[in-house]
Order: sequence, then C-alpha cells, then structure tokens
Amino acid sequence: MKKNTKIIASLILAAALLGLLIFIDNSELKSSMLSTCLQKGAIYALVAVSMNLLNGFTGLFSLGQAGFMLIGAYTYAILTIPVASRASVYQYFDGGVVQFAIPVLPAILIAGLMAAVFAALIGLPVLKLKSDYLAIATLGFAEIIRAVIQWQQVAPLTNGSNMLRAFPTYSSILFPFIISGICIAAIILLIRSSYGRAFKAIREDEIAAEAMGINMFKHKMMSFVISSFFAGVGGALLAMFQSSVQAKGFTSAMTYEILLIVVIGGIGSITGSIIASFLFVSSMEWWLRFLDETQFIGDFEVPLLGTGFRMVVFSVVIMIIVLFWRRGIMGNKEFSWDGIFKFFKDPFGIVSKIKAKGAVKKNG
Amino acid sequence: MSNILEIKDLVVSYGGIEAVKGISMEIPEGEIVTLIGSNGAGKSTTLKSIAGVVKAKNASILLDGKEIAGKSPDYIVSAGITLVPEGRRVFPNLTVLENLKMGAYLRKDSIKDDLDYVYGLFPRLKEREWQLAGTLSGGEQQMLAVARALMSKPRIIMMDEPSLGLAPLVVRDIFEIIKTINQQGITVLLIEQNANMALKIAHKAYVMETGLITLEGTGKELLANESVKEAYLGKSK
Repeated sequence: MKKNTKIIASLILAAALLGLLIFIDNSELKSSMLSTCLQKGAIYALVAVSMNLLNGFTGLFSLGQAGFMLIGAYTYAILTIPVASRASVYQYFDGGVVQFAIPVLPAILIAGLMAAVFAALIGLPVLKLKSDYLAIATLGFAEIIRAVIQWQQVAPLTNGSNMLRAFPTYSSILFPFIISGICIAAIILLIRSSYGRAFKAIREDEIAAEAMGINMFKHKMMSFVISSFFAGVGGALLAMFQSSVQAKGFTSAMTYEILLIVVIGGIGSITGSIIASFLFVSSMEWWLRFLDETQFIGDFEVPLLGTGFRMVVFSVVIMIIVLFWRRGIMGNKEFSWDGIFKFFKDPFGIVSKIKAKGAVKKNG
Repeated sequence: MSNILEIKDLVVSYGGIEAVKGISMEIPEGEIVTLIGSNGAGKSTTLKSIAGVVKAKNASILLDGKEIAGKSPDYIVSAGITLVPEGRRVFPNLTVLENLKMGAYLRKDSIKDDLDYVYGLFPRLKEREWQLAGTLSGGEQQMLAVARALMSKPRIIMMDEPSLGLAPLVVRDIFEIIKTINQQGITVLLIEQNANMALKIAHKAYVMETGLITLEGTGKELLANESVKEAYLGKSK
C-alpha cells in the first residue's frame, strides 16, 4: 500500500470515530451502556498503555498501577472540590484542611505529577529488585498507599474512608478520549525515540544493554516514573468518570484487570492494549451482564445463571486466551493497514496453507 | 609503544569466593592482546570488571594513566572501552539497525559514517538491516555484536569468546575481522578458548589459571611453550 493511501485511510478512520463519538454525545445514547463502555474503555486504555510501557517495553514487571491511579484520583479530587462544597464533603473533619480549588486541567496535570513523585520515591529501593520481587514490592506499595489514605491521621486531607465527591466532572464524553489520546500519543513518541529503544534493549538483555553504556537504574527509573505519571492521569480521569472516589475501590483486583488487558492485547503492543481495553470493559460491564440474570429459553430456565456467573465465564474465557493465544490479540506487533489487508487476503494463514497443500499434492 | 590500559592487582569476588585473585596486565596501544585459559579461570570476570559491569573488590585500572576502576559502565563506554559480551547477546526483538543504534547510544554526534563503516566491514548486515536480530544465524549475530560494539567508536574493544558455538569457517571470518579492526588502530583485548587461533593473531598473550596469571609473552612465544601446548593446544606426541 502507498503511504498516502494509508494516511488517508487512518484519517478516515479517525474522522469516523470522532463522528460517532460526537453523535453519541448529542443523542440519547449518551447515558447508554455503549457510552459508559466507551468512556471507561478510553480511560483503561491509557492506564493499560502506561502499564505496557513498563511491563511490555521495559520488561519491568510492576503491579503498582492501581496505587498510582489512586494517588492520581485523590490528588485530582482533593484539589478540585469547590470550596463551597467542602463542608458537606468533609463533614466529619470540619471541611478538611484544603480550602482552595484549582481548575480541572492543572489538577489533572498535578495528579500525574504526584503519582510520578511517589514513583520516584519508591523506585529508589524497589527498582533494584528483579522480576517477581519487583512485582511483589510494587503490589505491596499499592496496598500500603490504599491503607494510608484511609488512615484517620490524614483524614482532614483525604476524608479517611469516606467518599470524595462533588468535584467537577466532564460534560462531553469526548473529554476522556482527548486526554487519553494526547497521553497515549506522548507514550508512542517516547517509545519511538532513542529512550524507547533503550527501554527495549533493557527488556531484551540487561547485561548487553549495560555493556552498551545504558545507565540501567536511570532508564528503569525514567520508565517507572513516566508510566506512573500516566497512571495518575488515568486515575484522575477515572475519578471524573465515576464522579466520586473512595480508596477501597482501588484494590489489587484493579491492577489485575489492567494487567489482563495488557496480556490480552499483547505485551509490547500499544494498539493491542487499546483494542483489548475496549473489549475487556465492554464484556465486563455489558456483553456478559445477561449471565448474571435468570434467563428463559421458551419455558426452560437456563440453569447456573445468577449473580456472579458472569465472572465464572469471564475467567474461563481468560484462561482459554492465555492457554491458546498466549501472545494476545496483537502479539508485539502494532495495528497497520498492511496487516489488515494481509488478514483479509489470507485470514489466519488459511489460504497459504491450502496453497501449500495443493503444491505438495502436485509434487507428490 | 605506550600502554593504553594498565590493570594492577585486580581482585573480584562473588559472594566471598575470589574469582580473580589479584592480576596485573598491560595492554599496549594498537595491539591485539589475548587472555587464554580454561573454563572458570576468571577471564570473563576480568573483562566484565574492566567494563564496570561487575564491581571489583580491589583494583587499579588505568586508561591512559587515568583511573577508571569503580566507574559506571556508561562512563567507561564513553571513555572508549567497549565489551562484546559472551554469547553475543544481541537484542533479539530489535532490528539489526536498531541494535547498531543501541551501540551508539551514548554518542550525540551523527552516526551515519559509522553505519557505513560497519556495513562496509559486514556487508551481510546491510542486507539484513530491517530483520530482527533474533532471526540471524549464529555467525551473523556475532558479527552484529562486534558491529554494535564498534558503533560506540571505541579505542579498546574487548571480546569475550567470539568464536563460541560457531562453525570453523565462520570462526575464521571472525578472526579475520578482528585483525582488520586492529589494523585500523583499535586495540583488541580478546578472550578465547580457541587458544590456537587466538595466539596466532595476538601480539601479546596472557595465560590465566584459577584466578591468577601464570604465563605471559608474545603470541608466538606462548604457541611454542611446552606447558601451553600441553594444556591448551592439544600437543601431539
């Protein structure tokens, strides 16, 4: 395919998506399940891509994503609740200690920066650890931060285990798409730069990377801090999406959800993470919902269906994916028009297999 | 000729066990120096500690009379010493070109001339520029590892067992390349188990046994040495 054709095809696709979003935004579909899944999918896509930067491209197996999202969400909420509403939100703590509010965009930025600062602090000790140990340490960090936020001593700041609410949210569903889009574009630029190449070199072979003169600690730290920054931004967006935040929502289960998206999409594929994010959120929130309710086929009541059965089916699907499709939807490749056309010419390599068989028969 | 690199009393220990027990070497500028010895003699550890990848317990390593012991690997690479690690260790999921660019990671200047230079040395790599390094043959990967190291514009290139696991014909190619690189003015420090080949091209050679240097001399002297013949060259009676 020619380069121009590809650019035009990409522009048409982007315009179509944008048109669809604007249409949903202005119709009654805005409060539908479709719209909910799209918004949450966009937010999860950002967090999944940030986790992929760390796990897929730098090869650092970290499980702290929910912790950094939590920091982002709380930072955003604390900074933006209007002063007038603080008395009712912090009703048990005399209106809390923060008595100002800042605009939305700077608050999102600070949410990311705050997550990045925490990442830098815990990165100092934990980035010296390898593989599984790093995963355990970061998982532990996420659990600790969740407990600390609910601690009575910091409650005038964080409202303890009570909910934070009444902060500004977005009115157009385009908002999370635009912020996520900008952030993911920034991550893609980073991965394509020489730093991104250095991250990949570290993933491939630490000793060789070190022999090339890549400062191991500095680069690991950079990847960790940047990934956490975007997880923090994702957390802020999630807070806006939910219109309230509570620390107990950001459990390790949330990290596993993000990890699943990364694995299903393909470790080391940005587009894979994005596609998987929408698929995951839609299945979780929407398509598999019917499994939680009693269903009838004619007069026959389908057995087993009931609350929680959705999760059983979901787990089985994930096991099947991990067993038979280990490299995920995209492997470590990216979406490309050439790939799409190749797929339609020869889906799953069936055509070439048939041709190869034919050739064998002729020869035989 | 003056010594570009001087190593004095290098001691390296892994968890209390001394792998290198205090060795001293002198590497003259522009020569090929080889370090031979059996498995576990401490050769790789010596190279790794010069490169800064492994921390020495005690050492003085002078590059042009300037102390570099204890410095970080990135400092040492930018000072002009580069290591071709044992077992090639190319980045398998990066393309050949990306691997080469990684070799020049610390350089801020243009690398175009150097790319042309290494493609001139290894035309095969030019043909495979866009291929993933993991799909190259063993010999090609070794060439890529050498080319990648050359991209940092080293003054000293250290090679850890470049002939390991390669077919004899390919090994001969690799040694030809080592000679060519050396003729262009780069000092070579070579570790080999293939002592015969290594001693033939070396100006100067050291024999290492269980963490100590037991013999040194020119390549020719050691080739003729009775105990070296017996231990490393498979002396025919």
